[in-house]
Amino acid sequence: MDETNVKFLFMGYTAAWIIVMIFVIMLVRRGQKLSAELKRLRALVENRDQN
Amino acid sequence: MRDKIILTLGVLGTLLMAWNLNTISHLPNDALQGYIFRIIFIHVPAAITAQVFYTVALGCCIMFLLRKNFFWDSLAVASIEVGTMLVLVNLVTGSIWGRNQWGVWWAWDLRMTSQLMCFLLYLGYLLLRPAIAEPTQRATMSSIVGIFAYADIPLVDMAIRMPGVRTQHPQPVLETGTLAPIYRGPFGVGIIVLLLIGTALILLRLNQEHAKREIDSLRRQLHAA
Repeated sequence: MDETNVKFLFMGYTAAWIIVMIFVIMLVRRGQKLSAELKRLRALVENRDQN
Repeated sequence: MRDKIILTLGVLGTLLMAWNLNTISHLPNDALQGYIFRIIFIHVPAAITAQVFYTVALGCCIMFLLRKNFFWDSLAVASIEVGTMLVLVNLVTGSIWGRNQWGVWWAWDLRMTSQLMCFLLYLGYLLLRPAIAEPTQRATMSSIVGIFAYADIPLVDMAIRMPGVRTQHPQPVLETGTLAPIYRGPFGVGIIVLLLIGTALILLRLNQEHAKREIDSLRRQLHAA
């Protein structure tokens, strides 16, 4: 088995799953930010309605 | 309900991927390329799945222009984001494969260039959206760009099939029957894995688009007061 060949295969799969993982992490972080913003705005609207 | 579907798709995709990686590792080596040949099980499925998602996005862009329903715009942006991530996977894995087999990281042949164009066109779509503040205008402009960007997809498809094009790539392995039957199973499973994981990510992204629209609406309420 050619070692360089295996190294490149490993590089390929690692790169692919790193890209997917970065995308998932970005998605989760964006989701968290949106949830926090939604919570804040709902509270503001609620406060305004009570006043 | 949607959260359960996302979780089910994600878990199913991950389990199937683990099973497929095990199968791939036990396959015999390719006679010419040896071990590296196994990269085909992610490189090509990523491109095929991206094209499926771009086609879904095209349908959504057309539907938005016809119906003006924001659901279609949300589904279009979600599909395009996931599709673009998969095109990046395709380009990066292709580049690594090329470096090993051809000795270069990049060759400006029609296949690679048309796929790079595809990536840049859809990246343009994603960069355009935050630049337009008004939601209806943003969705309309994005839909038009989404439809125009899709014009590159037949070019990518033709670049694979056109005879006489100078390329280092092999002819389409599925259509010409040069992919050994033993490799076809894991190849098909590779596509299913990316479809499952991609769909889960699209649904997750769709939830965020709904949240964004609610935020826009709440902000308008607050500004109106």
